[in-house]
Amino acid sequence: MKATDYLRRLGHFVTDRLWRLGFASRFLLMTVLYSGTALKRFQLTIREIYFTGVLSLIIILVSGLFVGMVLGLQGYDTLQRYGSSEALGILVALSLVRELGPVVAALLFASRAGSAITAEIGLMKATEQLSAMEMMAVNPIARVVAPRFWAGVISMPLLAALFSAMGVFGGYLVGVQLIGVDEGSFWSQMQAAVDFRQDVLNGVIKSVVFGALVSWIAVFEGYDAEPTAEGVSGATTRTVVTSSLAILAADFVLTAFMFRGV
Amino acid sequence: MNRAAIDLWVGIFVALGLGALLFLALKVGNLAATDVGETYALTARFDNIGGLKVRAPVKSAGVVVGRVGEIRFDPENYVALVSLQIDKRYQFPRDTFATINTSGLLGEQYVGFEPGGDSEMLKAGDEVKKTQSAMVLEKLISQFMFNKAAEDGKQ
Repeated sequence: MKATDYLRRLGHFVTDRLWRLGFASRFLLMTVLYSGTALKRFQLTIREIYFTGVLSLIIILVSGLFVGMVLGLQGYDTLQRYGSSEALGILVALSLVRELGPVVAALLFASRAGSAITAEIGLMKATEQLSAMEMMAVNPIARVVAPRFWAGVISMPLLAALFSAMGVFGGYLVGVQLIGVDEGSFWSQMQAAVDFRQDVLNGVIKSVVFGALVSWIAVFEGYDAEPTAEGVSGATTRTVVTSSLAILAADFVLTAFMFRGV
Repeated sequence: MNRAAIDLWVGIFVALGLGALLFLALKVGNLAATDVGETYALTARFDNIGGLKVRAPVKSAGVVVGRVGEIRFDPENYVALVSLQIDKRYQFPRDTFATINTSGLLGEQYVGFEPGGDSEMLKAGDEVKKTQSAMVLEKLISQFMFNKAAEDGKQ
């Protein structure tokens, strides 16, 4: 193969990706424009909140608890070398509220709910349910896509908050109940160090952004899936991979803006 | 799954989520404790503020009575100009002594107020005249080493 072939392939790859990104952005714009139905007939969105949010509760709560307990064990192991094991509360709460809560909850959300959304919409397309809706003059973006998108945006911050709260409780269980860090200083040092606006609110903003990202990628991949069994399985994989990478990249950008050490 | 059950579960989910947020705000964070209420501004000049940061607490007798508002450099006198937001409920005498202290050996720095005996009180916009700079650990250590070396030299 000649060198120009490689260059042409590279060019094709880049333009292909750019075209897809543009298509996905237009799709997001359409989703937001046609959200009137999803917000007016809120019952549609509530149904989707049940499937994306409520059914993700167990995995989020259990993971949060275990992450918090591990943080408690590992944090104590390091902190007690410097004689500051009372700072365990700060360590557990800050790492959960700022980073682990939003990010890990979003990663779990992408694999638990995002993949399901993609598979559902992809299969609707494969079995021509979306075309049938268009035949009946029902806009599938307004009826199918927008409720799922908004359900993700609403569920994600709640799930992240539950993850963080559960994690702090797990850290408390291990740190105070199991190891025996003083309970009073555990909570009071935590409260002195965690700022509502700086830490808690920024965590909520992060989780809203991640929720929008994951839902966007999930509904887009489902809608764009090739209408075959293989196509749907490929789209589901792409949803999990792309949204995980997008979450981590967005987390870096958001953290750089939010916590610059001032 | 019928509609009523779905509504119920979503309701439980949203209530739990908001409850978790409230827990994070009140029990984990310091939303309940921070509000210093209405404040008035005082200024103070320090030769060296060490690691004092904006929003650091102002404490008197160990109780938080305000926050550090703004830290600037005064280019005429080459000192640090610190504005302090003090809670309106508390008044301090004119000869109050402001120091920069460290909580613990390596902890965060805060401004400490030691009230004097003057009968007139500081008003909004006044300057705290008597100040003491931050203790810079490196300086102390180098002074100590220097003295030690000088002693050893004499012997």
